Amino acid sequence: MQKYSIFNLVKNAFFKDQNWDLAWKDPTPKKEYDVVIIGGGGHGLATAYYLAKEHNITNVAIIEKGWIGGGNVGRNTTIIRSNYMYDDNAHFSEFGMDLWRKMSQDLNYNVMFSPRGIINLAHSDAQMNVYARRGNSMRLNGIDAILLNREQVKEIIPMADFSENVRFPIFGGLMQPSAGTARHDAVAWGYARQADSMGVDIIQNCEVTGFDISGGKINGVRTSRGDIKVKKIGLCVAGSTNILAEKLNMTLPVETHLLQACVSEPVKPVLDRVVTFGAGHFYISQSDKGEMVMGGDLDGYNSYAQRGNLPTLQHVLTEGIAMMPFLSKLKMLRTWGGIMDMSMDGSPIIDKTHIEGLYLNCGWCYGGFKATPASGWTFAHTIAQDRVHKLNAGYSLNRFNTGHLLDEKGLGTKTWIS
Amino acid sequence: MLHIKCPHCGIRSQNEFSYGGDATVKRPELNKEISDQDWNNFVYNRKSLRGKHLELWQHLSGCRQWIKVERDTATHEIFNTLKANEDIS
Repeated sequence: MQKYSIFNLVKNAFFKDQNWDLAWKDPTPKKEYDVVIIGGGGHGLATAYYLAKEHNITNVAIIEKGWIGGGNVGRNTTIIRSNYMYDDNAHFSEFGMDLWRKMSQDLNYNVMFSPRGIINLAHSDAQMNVYARRGNSMRLNGIDAILLNREQVKEIIPMADFSENVRFPIFGGLMQPSAGTARHDAVAWGYARQADSMGVDIIQNCEVTGFDISGGKINGVRTSRGDIKVKKIGLCVAGSTNILAEKLNMTLPVETHLLQACVSEPVKPVLDRVVTFGAGHFYISQSDKGEMVMGGDLDGYNSYAQRGNLPTLQHVLTEGIAMMPFLSKLKMLRTWGGIMDMSMDGSPIIDKTHIEGLYLNCGWCYGGFKATPASGWTFAHTIAQDRVHKLNAGYSLNRFNTGHLLDEKGLGTKTWIS
Repeated sequence: MLHIKCPHCGIRSQNEFSYGGDATVKRPELNKEISDQDWNNFVYNRKSLRGKHLELWQHLSGCRQWIKVERDTATHEIFNTLKANEDIS
C-alpha cells in the first residue's frame, strides 16, 4: 500500500495523480474465512481492522449490502465525546477518545479530528446540580469536565440567546474540552484502506440472505454472491439488526427507528464548539465547510425509510432557534435520515450470543459514530478471544434479563418527550 | 407528514398522535406463573419488522383514545386503522 505522505503527494503530482493505488480492492468472496463481519459501516470496518492489527486474524471478510460509507457512518453529525456518568459508559468512551486522538497517525489517513469541546447547556438550577454531579463523576474517571456559569458560557458562545425574557434561559453548562468532531467519511475510508492493506476482503453489494447453523454453532453464511464457510460471524449492522435477527430466529431488545440530521447553507465561522440544548434534544456544530450541522430527536415510530418527516424536523429546529436565534435566518441546505438500532435502555450491546460463533454489536442509538474505534476494538477482542473485554462487559445482552440496565440518559426507543 | 385516520375522529395529521409501539406484544396474564424470559419478551424484546407493522398510537391531542394502526415501516403507507379492542379480521 502506498503511504500517504507529503513525499508521495509531490511524487504523484508529477504524474497528474494517475498512479495512486485504489484505497481498497474489490475482491470476489472466497469460499471460506476465519471471521466474517456483516456490515461494512464504521464499526464493522474498525472491527476488521483491529482483528488484523491486534489479534493477527487477517483471513477476514466484511460483507456489505450497499457501499462503504453509504450508511450511518456517512449520515451522522460527527460528534465525538465521552461525557458519561456511569462507569461502564465512561471507561468505554474514554478509551475511545484515546483511539480518536491517535487515529490519523494510526490509519495514515487524516480523519480531521477536531477536539473543539462540547458544551451541554443547563436551563435551571436543578440541571446545574445534575451537571455538577455528572462532571464530578467524569473527573473521577479521568475525563476532563468543566462546569461553566452563565457568564462563562456567554464568553464562549455569545451568539446563543442570553436575553432575560426567554422560556429556557441559559444558567450555565457542562463542558468537555477534549470532545469534538471528525470527518466521518474519512473514518470509514481510513479504516477500510488499512483493513484492506492487511488482507481483509471488503465485499460490497453483497447481501446476507441466511445463515448456516447446526447444533447451535455457526457454520457459514449465505449471501447474494454465494455461500461462505465460516466459524465466527460478527453482526454489526446497526439499523438492519432486527432484519438479520429475524433470519437467526432471535428477538432482541432493539427497535429500528429513524433519526434525522440536517445542514444549513455554509456561512463564515461563527461556532467553534459543539453545543447541545438542555431543555430538549438538539445539538449543533459548524463543519469545516461552514455549514451548521444539526440534529435532534427520533421521528418517534418504527421506520426503515432512511428519510425523515417534517414535523420532527420542525420540532428540532424550533429548539435550535430558541437556543441560537440567528439560525432562523439561515436556509436549509440538506436534510437526511438514518435508521438507528435503538436499544431499550439507550446503551449498546457488544456480546456473544447463545449461538456459538455468533457475536452481536448493536443498539448504538444516538451515539454510534463516536464509539466507532472503541466498538471495533472491543468487538474484535470479543470475537478473537471468544470472551468479552472488561471495557464492554457492561454492554451485555443479558442485562435486560438480570436488570443491570445502563439507562444513563433515560433515552431508549422513545423520544425525549412524546 | 403522516395522515392517520382515527377510527373515532377521522383523518388527522401525525402531530396530534403519540406513538405507543408494537401492538402485537401481549402482556402476560395476571396471577399466572410466568418465566423471566416471558416477562423479558414482553418488556424489552421486539421484532421491529420491516414492512407491515401493527402498532399502537394514542390520539393525544384529539379524543385521547388508543388506536391500532397497520403501517409499512419502509414506505410509511398506512393500510388500516382500528379501535384498540379490534383485531384485524
